[in-house]
Amino acid sequence: MTSLRYEVADRRKAAAADFWLRWEVLLLVLLGIVMLVNSRLSPWFLDYYNLLDSTFNFSEKAIMALSMTLIIVTRDIDLSVASIIALASVFMGLAAQAGAGVPLLVLIGLATGLLAGFANGAIITRFQIPAIVVTIGTMSLFRGIAYVVLGDTAITSYPAGFSWFGQSYLVWSIPFEFVLFLVLAAVFGFVLHFTTTGRRIYAIGNNPVAARFSGIPVDRYRLVLFTLNGLMAGLAAVLLTSRIGSTRPNIAAGWELEVITMVVLGGVSIMGGSGTISGVFIAVFVLGMMTFGLSLMNVPGIVMSVFVGVLLIASIAVPILIRRMLRR
Amino acid sequence: MEILALSGVSKSFPGVKALDDVRLSLRAGEVMALVGENGAGKSTLVKILTGIEKPDAGEILIDGAPVDFGSPFDAWRAGITAIHQETVMFDDLTVAENIHMGHHPTLGRGPFRRFVDWRAMRAHTSAVLARLEVNISPDTVLRELTVAQKHIVGIAKALSHDSRIVIMDEPTAALSQHEIGELYKIVAQLKAAGKAVLFISHKFDELFAIADRWTVLRDGRFIGAGTIGDVTRDELVTMMVGRRLDQVFPKVTVPIGETVLEVEDLSHPTEFDGISFKLGRGEILGFYGLVGAGRSEAMQALFGITRPSRGRVRIAGREITVRNPSDAIRAGIAYVPEDRQIQGAILPMSITENITLPMVDRVNGGPVLRPKRERALARRFGERLAVKATHWDQPVANLSGGNQQKVLIAKWLATDPAVIILDEPTKGIDVGSKAAVHEFMGELVKSGLAVILVSSELPEILGMSDNIIVMHEGRIRRRFRRAEATAEAVVTAATGGA
Repeated sequence: MTSLRYEVADRRKAAAADFWLRWEVLLLVLLGIVMLVNSRLSPWFLDYYNLLDSTFNFSEKAIMALSMTLIIVTRDIDLSVASIIALASVFMGLAAQAGAGVPLLVLIGLATGLLAGFANGAIITRFQIPAIVVTIGTMSLFRGIAYVVLGDTAITSYPAGFSWFGQSYLVWSIPFEFVLFLVLAAVFGFVLHFTTTGRRIYAIGNNPVAARFSGIPVDRYRLVLFTLNGLMAGLAAVLLTSRIGSTRPNIAAGWELEVITMVVLGGVSIMGGSGTISGVFIAVFVLGMMTFGLSLMNVPGIVMSVFVGVLLIASIAVPILIRRMLRR
Repeated sequence: MEILALSGVSKSFPGVKALDDVRLSLRAGEVMALVGENGAGKSTLVKILTGIEKPDAGEILIDGAPVDFGSPFDAWRAGITAIHQETVMFDDLTVAENIHMGHHPTLGRGPFRRFVDWRAMRAHTSAVLARLEVNISPDTVLRELTVAQKHIVGIAKALSHDSRIVIMDEPTAALSQHEIGELYKIVAQLKAAGKAVLFISHKFDELFAIADRWTVLRDGRFIGAGTIGDVTRDELVTMMVGRRLDQVFPKVTVPIGETVLEVEDLSHPTEFDGISFKLGRGEILGFYGLVGAGRSEAMQALFGITRPSRGRVRIAGREITVRNPSDAIRAGIAYVPEDRQIQGAILPMSITENITLPMVDRVNGGPVLRPKRERALARRFGERLAVKATHWDQPVANLSGGNQQKVLIAKWLATDPAVIILDEPTKGIDVGSKAAVHEFMGELVKSGLAVILVSSELPEILGMSDNIIVMHEGRIRRRFRRAEATAEAVVTAATGGA
């Protein structure tokens, strides 16, 4: 066999098409179009303070989209995140009513999310039930608990300092929430793309059986990712509750789909195994800016969801059509 | 009366000649036994008869008239039905629906003419099942039936539209003794009803019990045919294994060193029982057996995929506990699985990523990826196996089967194992890659590795192994040293003979 050798290059020669057909690049073009249209339609759109304030509308969802990306890359899904927010917010509210201080409130919010996520992951991996089934169940369960506890009432008795997390600005009028998202995006991007952990996550998403045969503890990874996803929902609960200063049982209703929309628009395959944090990062802005622009024009929320729906379906259909055309 | 006649049938797949000038004839009211080793071409022949594959050359005559099956549906319409383990059955549909899949009775006239006539369907099903003298309700969902009952449904399906030729591919593989008796009765009924039955089995006892005639295939060629009364079991075995085309195996014999792996009484509730053996440095230990003999399952227990119920494993004299594959990798056991595409490769990922996966932390020296180090490792082992690719970042999916296998062997070699288990390492790969893999096994033992070779290919087992263990129904049936192993003796042991 030693006589037989093949010349194998280290990597493929880069081609221009590689760059232009990258999903991230297409998303950037889309983002540019959205910005252009918005700035034409509304003179206030490109205002520095307006733009920064618009990030309040998506930072909490964007933070959850980061961990949801890891979940979807491993072929799972978590539909319970918005309900976890409700549950965490309710527990924070009850603690606030009992007179808990700010640090304890934050801790309760995060711990509730962590435990709820752990419960999801434990049920999924222990009993080998598909994630979609389990998290549809916990979606009702967690939200249901919130309704049972609060009924029609709202909790608004938060201590004064608690509003800092959701309402404060750091330097140059940049909201704290937004900075937190940027930092977390960098951390998630690093872990997914530059560490062995990220490599294993992709391996699991592409072929869970072969991943297991390669010595990767697949179920442990899934459990940790669901726990992390719960923790991020807990963090979002802290930020959201702090920002609006109240807890109602319908808090963050429908957010799970908005978070998943961000991830899918970001180019993460719902079949698992592919997608990048940078894609999701850009998709967050595409959706955020589009919503912001529409709201500047006083387009009602119901119509907005029509736009988002069209965008999502187009974003999945168009690449398939392009690929089909290229193959011809 | 001859119903079906095949002559000069040949079929090639890339790198393999699966069938070469094969003939076969089936007569009404007779059971024809088709005998041959794994890889002799029996399944390809069945696929041709059922319209799944098209022959490259040759003629198929039904009632003396040539036929050309463009699709499985054509074959089915011509009256040919196959029943095997992988027969397409719909677990969530009822017995009646399964039996009438593709040809359900309709109401036939008026605005509802395309609607299913459930009453006729159920009545017809009852009638067919009654003919088979079995007690299964037409409304039972298939999932609730035993394997044997599902087979019977398959047979009922064949009867329901008057198949004249029924092919049974290892129909008794998963049946209990009692169920086998029931199946024999049904075969007798089919005979009585004038059907031609092609019966494929490895179990000689059952062939002699129910077959009227036999045909032997070997290496895709027709070896002989005759009446069952005029042949003995030994003669059949000799024809099956035969004298082969001189396949030369590059066997490298190195003196077998100290014991590396010691397995004692490894057992599993259903798959294998009491597996004990020793493996030394530089040894190739062959595991032979029929499909379902429990070889892969036992190996996967060694590797931490399946959990054994009892047993001890020692590596270099030290007892180890393997709870999962990463324990096994740490202990120095590597397992190259049989199913390359599902258990082995992560197809969309690159050659480099595949090779480094089991030891990705060790290669990178920490949690942060270092592409240069990874690529260097991939290049080192990829080149050692002469992987043919354009670049190391190429997805494994784009490689040929043989090169995929080389990547997988490279992947496991990179973990620096003491023992490497190769499960069907040359299954379905081209001749060139096959030779390369065989040659490479020589290099492995020269470098002091201990190799377990699980293979269903007899020549490979005989040609490459220093010692051979033959398994049958989950147990070790016999052990051979290289010198004393003959094809006949090995096959006899694998089929349950003495």
